[in-house]
Formats: sequence, C-alpha cells, structure tokens
Amino acid sequence: MEEIWNGFVQALGLIASRDPEVLEITRRTLMISVSSTSIASAISVPLGSLIHFNRFRGKRVLVSVIQTLFSVPTVVVGLLVFITFSRAGPLGELDLLFSPPAIIIGEVVLITPLILGLIISALSGLDRAVGETAISLGATRLQMVLLSLREAKFAVLAAVIMGYGRAFSEVGLALMVGGNIRGFTRTLTTTISLETSKGNIELSMALGIILLLIALAINVTLNRLQQR
Amino acid sequence: MPILQTMNLDQGFGGRNILSDINLSIEPNEVFVIIGPTGSGKTTLIRLLDMLDRPTGGQLVFFGTDVTFSRPLRLAARRRIAYVQQKPLVFTMSVFDNVACGLRWRQEKKEVITEKVESVLRLVGMLDYRERSAKTLSGGETQRVAVARALVTEPEVLLLDEPTANLDPISVTKIEEVLGHVIDAKRTTLVMATHDMSQGQRLADRIGVMVAGRLVQIGKPHEIFMSPETREVAEFVGMDNILPGIVTGKDGDLATISVHNSTIEAVTSYPDGEMVLSLIRPEDITLTVTPAASSARNTFKGNIVQMVSLKPLIRIEIDCGFPLLVLITQRSSDGMGLSIGKTVYCNVKASAVSIIKRWTY
Repeated sequence: MEEIWNGFVQALGLIASRDPEVLEITRRTLMISVSSTSIASAISVPLGSLIHFNRFRGKRVLVSVIQTLFSVPTVVVGLLVFITFSRAGPLGELDLLFSPPAIIIGEVVLITPLILGLIISALSGLDRAVGETAISLGATRLQMVLLSLREAKFAVLAAVIMGYGRAFSEVGLALMVGGNIRGFTRTLTTTISLETSKGNIELSMALGIILLLIALAINVTLNRLQQR
Repeated sequence: MPILQTMNLDQGFGGRNILSDINLSIEPNEVFVIIGPTGSGKTTLIRLLDMLDRPTGGQLVFFGTDVTFSRPLRLAARRRIAYVQQKPLVFTMSVFDNVACGLRWRQEKKEVITEKVESVLRLVGMLDYRERSAKTLSGGETQRVAVARALVTEPEVLLLDEPTANLDPISVTKIEEVLGHVIDAKRTTLVMATHDMSQGQRLADRIGVMVAGRLVQIGKPHEIFMSPETREVAEFVGMDNILPGIVTGKDGDLATISVHNSTIEAVTSYPDGEMVLSLIRPEDITLTVTPAASSARNTFKGNIVQMVSLKPLIRIEIDCGFPLLVLITQRSSDGMGLSIGKTVYCNVKASAVSIIKRWTY
C-alpha cells in the first residue's frame, strides 16, 4: 500500500516539476491523436454527408458495415498497417513503420468508421424539414448539406470527440506499428504498459494521471454537447 | 403566358394515389387558392409545385420551362419562388440569420442583405426580435419569420400552405395584412392552400376545390360558392341543403323541379326531364309562422324537428316532407316564438337555388 502511495506522490512530483520525458510523451500523444482525428474527420464529414444525402443501392448494407467496424479490435488494424508498411509490404518503401506517421495512419483507419457512422446517425437524427426548408429557400445541394451539418453541430462534434477519445486511449496499435521507441514513438499508453512491466510505477502513474485528466476533459465536453 | 402550369400531374406513395390528374394554369399576378377538406391532398400538391417531391406522373412547367426532371432547372426555378409551410421550421440561429439565409445562398452583398432583412422584418412586425434565437419564438411569431424568410428574396411566385391555421389572432391579422400588401404592391403570384373558406373568398382571384386528390372545380369565388358543380363541392362550401329532383317544366330559364312531393322553382339552363340536385344555403331561407306574401317563389310548409344554438345564430331542422336546414338569428327565432314541433313556412327565392346536374351521388 505504501509503495502505491509513494508512487502517487512521486508521480505528482514529476508532473509538478514538468519532467521533460513526461512532457515529451504527452505532447507526442496529443500530436498523434489530434492529427489522426483531424484526418479522420476530414474524411468522415464529407463522406458521411454524401452517404446520408444520397439514395443508392446497398446503402443500408454499407451503413451496417460501417457500424460493425466500430468495434474492430485495434490489434487487427495494427496487424493490417504492419503488413502494409513492413519491408516486404505494398507500401514498405515509404519506410514508415515504427514512426509516428504509422501510428497516425493506423488510428485514422481505426476511428474513421466510428466518426463516419456517428456523423451519418447525427444527420439521420435531424428533422427532414431542415434540408427541405433549405432547398425550398433556394440553397444548392452543397449549401443544404452545410446548413444540415451546422444544425446537427452538437451531434457532429460529439462524433469527432468520440473518435478522439478512441484514438487517444489506444494502446495495442500504437505498440505494434510504433514500436514504443523512446524519444520517438512512445505515447502515454504504450509507455505506461512498458514502464509498469519494468516496475517503474511512479512514471506510469504520472502518465496515467495525465491520461485520466485528458479523458475526463473529453467526457465532460462530450456530456455537455449531448445535453444540448 | 402562364407563370406556372401542371399537366396531368399524379402523385402516389407506396402504390396509393394521393393526387390524380391535376391540371392547373396560373397566370402572373393571380391569387389562386386551393380549398378542400383536411387530407384531400393540398399539401402534397403544394410540395410538388415547390419541387420538393417528384411527381409519379405528369409535367410541371414554370416560367415556360419543363422543370419536372432537371435538377439545375429546378434550382433556377426554385430561386424565383418561395414556400411557406404550414408548420415552418426555423434554423438554430437568430431571427435575422434565418431570414438572411436565402439571400446569403444567392450570394447577395452584406449591405443589401442587412437592408432587405430589416425591411421585411419590419413588414411582418418582427424587427424587434431580430437578435432573438428563432427556436424560442411562439407559433405565430415563427410563422411570421417564415413569411419574412420567404418574402425577402422577392419571389415571383409565393406558395403558402395554410399560412394562418392554428395561430393567435394578432399573427393571423398581421399575416393577412402582409399577404394583402404582397398581392397589391408587389404583384406577386400567390398559390395558397387553406381550409378557411372565408379567407379563400377574401383573397382569391380563382379557387380550386380539391376533394380526394382531384381538383373537382376551378372557378371564380362566386362561381364556386354560388354554383358548385358537384355534390362534394356543394357540401364543402356549405350548401347544406342538397335536394335530388327532376326538371318537370320550363318557362325560359325558370324551371319547375319536382323534389320529393313538392316543387321548387329555380333558374337553370338544364332541359325538361334532367335529373338535378337543388342546392340551397341554410342562410338563404327565411322563416315565417304564417304563409308569407313575399317575393319568394318557393314556400314549403313544415314542422320544426330540431334547434341547435350557434350563438348568435340558431340552426333549425325542418321536416317539409324532406329535411331542410335553416340558419336564422337567435333574436328572430325568439321573436317568432319558435320551438320544436311548431309549424313554419320556409321561403326561398328562385335565384337562391343553385341547380347542378345529378351525376354524382
């Protein structure tokens, strides 16, 4: 018990003294999760609108497939990215494996279905009259879509934050394609997993506290949005 | 050239026909009112005219161009018309921004937008609400914002679906006033659906009566109200007395019609032997307790069966061998001391009886 308490006190000390390693890992984790969420959102918002506002054959099947991908195991995505970017893989020449971009690509693959699916349901939750009223007032299709996204902005933002939460707390994929290289590809989650197994409790705890605080901030924001 | 035309327009959902064979031709500056009972297809027709839905058959021509199928043509036509829904939806933004949307989408300059939005908000009496969130408005206020939003783009055709149904009296007055202004000053073409017949009568140049998805009669208001062509129209416009009969004699245009065991004299061009319906408005019948020496050509003797007070009026059902509904004031009923069972004389001028051919029952 005392060991845990000591670890906790030392962890707070690391945060308070702005330990360079803690800061570096936190900064990298944020950079990777923000980048992957931005890319995934840039894909999902237009694509989700396209899927929602068009009628086509197989639309329901497509939406079901997207929803199924919500719960794809991160290690499966990790494996996929690993194979793709490994020396012998189709994109091996890019030499991206075990680098931050590899983690970003993996997280984009992981969270795009989640954000995409939630954007589609955000738009489906909107009163049909919104789009009709816009069209009736002389909006082009694009203007109508932009207005609809604006009207569904809280649900759309919630979708993005859910995606961010998943990317941020992800560990298996970052470990597999990032390699947990000190000073290069370590993230909050991968460092915790490694340092804990090494018995370096105080660093793990410090990073764990930061992880929890950021996760808490995400959840508070999400709750506020969903209550609107 | 008509500003708006429909040719054999049909609309159906899931194999069920909602509209059949709608043929309309609306001239510029005309006020065309569609009346008809709830569920008769008025909203479906207006939605087709606004090109929100595609018809299952027929053609829609705006400004001389067939817009039934081409998306760019529909957008171009739609930017010259505007539509106010029965329960309009406002966007989650201020009143000002709601009204400005249409102008922004047409890429108007900022100063122009401010000027036009403020002027139209003043017109509907909502200028003081410009910064309010539109979602917090009452039903009547929302409807006024919707009217402002439609008018701000200065449409050539304004489509309205029950614009004053279920609103507070202040908003009704304001909206009718604004519509009057639009009709007189802006010379906008109006197509309006309503079930409020007096509103239709006040505003319309022509009226189309819609029954069960068909336009059963189109004509000037007095034609619709005085000479309904079918039984459904007659019932809808308040011709409560519909008496089947047969023309048994003619003297010029004055015909004698045999109805049950009585005869009715009326003006009609239908020939001897024609099966007809005689239509009499309950308010066109006067009652007396003794045989009247009036100019009324028709007098029927009968007994009062029922009296229903509709203050200040009273609705009296009289059995004259056939049932006759009469509407008189409570005061004149009291003056004559009318009561159930009492014998009265019903007097109707020949000119107050409308005769239609009996092809529908």
